[in-house]
Amino acid sequence: MNIVTLLEMAADAFPERTAITCEGRSLSYGELLAAARRAAAAIRATDVRFVGYLAVASPAAAVALFGSAIAGIPYVPLNYRLTGEELAALIGRITPCLLVADPDYASAIALPESVRTIGRAAFLAAAFDPAGPMPDEVPGEAIAVQLFTSGTTGQPKAAILRHENLFSYIVGSVEFAAAEEESATLVSVPPYHVAGVSALLSSVYAGRRIVQLPNFDVAEWLRLCRAEHVTNAFVVPTMLSRIVDHLDAAGRRVDLPALRSIAYGGGRMPLPVIERAMAHFPDVDFTNAYGLTETSSTICLLGPEDHRDAAASADPLIRRRLASVGRSLPTVEIEVRDDAGRTLGAGEIGRILVRGPQVAGEYGGLGSLLDAEGWFDTRDRGFLDAGGYLFLDGRADDVIVRGGENISPGEVEEVLLSHPAVSDAAVIGIPDNDWGEGIAAAVVMRDLTVEPAVLQAWVRDRLRSSRVPQQIRFVDALPYNEMGKLLRRLVRAEFAGA
Amino acid sequence: MRVLKAGQKLKSSVCDTQVMVIKPIPGEHDLRCGGASMIEMADTASGTLDPAHAQGTLLGKRYVNADESLELLCVKSGVGSLSLDNMALAVKQPKALPSSD
Repeated sequence: MNIVTLLEMAADAFPERTAITCEGRSLSYGELLAAARRAAAAIRATDVRFVGYLAVASPAAAVALFGSAIAGIPYVPLNYRLTGEELAALIGRITPCLLVADPDYASAIALPESVRTIGRAAFLAAAFDPAGPMPDEVPGEAIAVQLFTSGTTGQPKAAILRHENLFSYIVGSVEFAAAEEESATLVSVPPYHVAGVSALLSSVYAGRRIVQLPNFDVAEWLRLCRAEHVTNAFVVPTMLSRIVDHLDAAGRRVDLPALRSIAYGGGRMPLPVIERAMAHFPDVDFTNAYGLTETSSTICLLGPEDHRDAAASADPLIRRRLASVGRSLPTVEIEVRDDAGRTLGAGEIGRILVRGPQVAGEYGGLGSLLDAEGWFDTRDRGFLDAGGYLFLDGRADDVIVRGGENISPGEVEEVLLSHPAVSDAAVIGIPDNDWGEGIAAAVVMRDLTVEPAVLQAWVRDRLRSSRVPQQIRFVDALPYNEMGKLLRRLVRAEFAGA
Repeated sequence: MRVLKAGQKLKSSVCDTQVMVIKPIPGEHDLRCGGASMIEMADTASGTLDPAHAQGTLLGKRYVNADESLELLCVKSGVGSLSLDNMALAVKQPKALPSSD
């Protein structure tokens, strides 16, 4: 299997149809395939082991992804928001490499000698040079994509996605050529996120035009939706929250007549945000997609009907499904197990395990983390309800063990957030001589006249006394990465340093 | 007769059809297109289309046997039709999933 087959099929079925629009420039499926073939020849001529991509979203990302696949070399999109030092360390792990880069990013990094840099514009120009050779794919079970995880708890890991993982994901979840010719999807996630990779693959296979938005901004997002007649969009919760805030402030109905569906994922969606979004876009289909880098993107879906049924239901067990991540894809199995490895029943919280052909569960230098039966431990915690809907409850690594009792930070954070003076809260475990671990909270306040003791009493009244934070610190803001993931290691470091 | 492997690509020897094995059926089987045995991608096509097996293949459709123990993806269409052990393969009806990325 090779992911370039997905593009070859699209180029065979509709060579003239537009594949990608970015900054006013468009590229057809036929042109994209030809460009990828020429890029593959250029990649092979450099005799490298990796192709790095250090640039914002652009057609060059698609050319590099498919070009690397044809050349049989892993494609490694890098997070351009990291510091020069962090990037130098990551790039040092993928040498020798050809680095397709925006000059501003590359010039800020001390690069090893075995890195050959080519500017994004020069890379594209070579790929569109009609005189360039166009080789066929290299056969073999090679690695398609390597993504460095965000490292919210430690050093970034190099997650490996093989051709068979990504190919299985696309063929299992997308129907070939199912998109109407006029449909267009607005991709706002960066190219180094797994959703940025899967958006390229699934849109190509569906035959849906990709509109790239290199730097998310609400006004630009709304403008592109209108100007490009965008029918589908994928956003992370932070983006949807900003869109909804903007629409609330504007105080009028938004007019995006072409928009039919919004999918979201990449982090926890706060219930008020999705409820407000559904009110602003009553005719839009909402889909919540839950997945991990290690699972080639989506493994669970909460579909449009699920959203509407939950929002309209008087039954609290149905209504709460709006806060779930839905049910597993037909090609994926999900189980919840306790720490001893026993499979748990409906409603019981434990670790979430996943199995299926799209599940890679493999890291550079660490090998495969799948068990003998092919299960991958996501290290996410949660439970399944009686209908098979999955509810998430934070990361296993974030669980606080206080005197033998497991405490989920999310449970305490939710109660703190329900206090009118609190605008944001992060709960972590801190070392405690009596209990092993104690509870600490970093809180962003709307009203600083409210004392920590008031918040402690607030938690005590609503949860058990063991859940009361023994330390509360008021901060100006909590550390999030650009995808809206809370960086708990920085919160921990803050408390450890005090 | 051949053993099928997941991810394997095969082509028709009598038309343009190419398939990828998505779900291999265990054991040795007779996979044909247009009435003639399917061959490796590197092999040279020869033979003529059997008019009794000329309903055609459709690009991007998945083809299955009766109990769906075999699943193929048509990656290039052609005029021949697919069969396994002398039984015609059918188009698998797609499950409608919402677009998620």
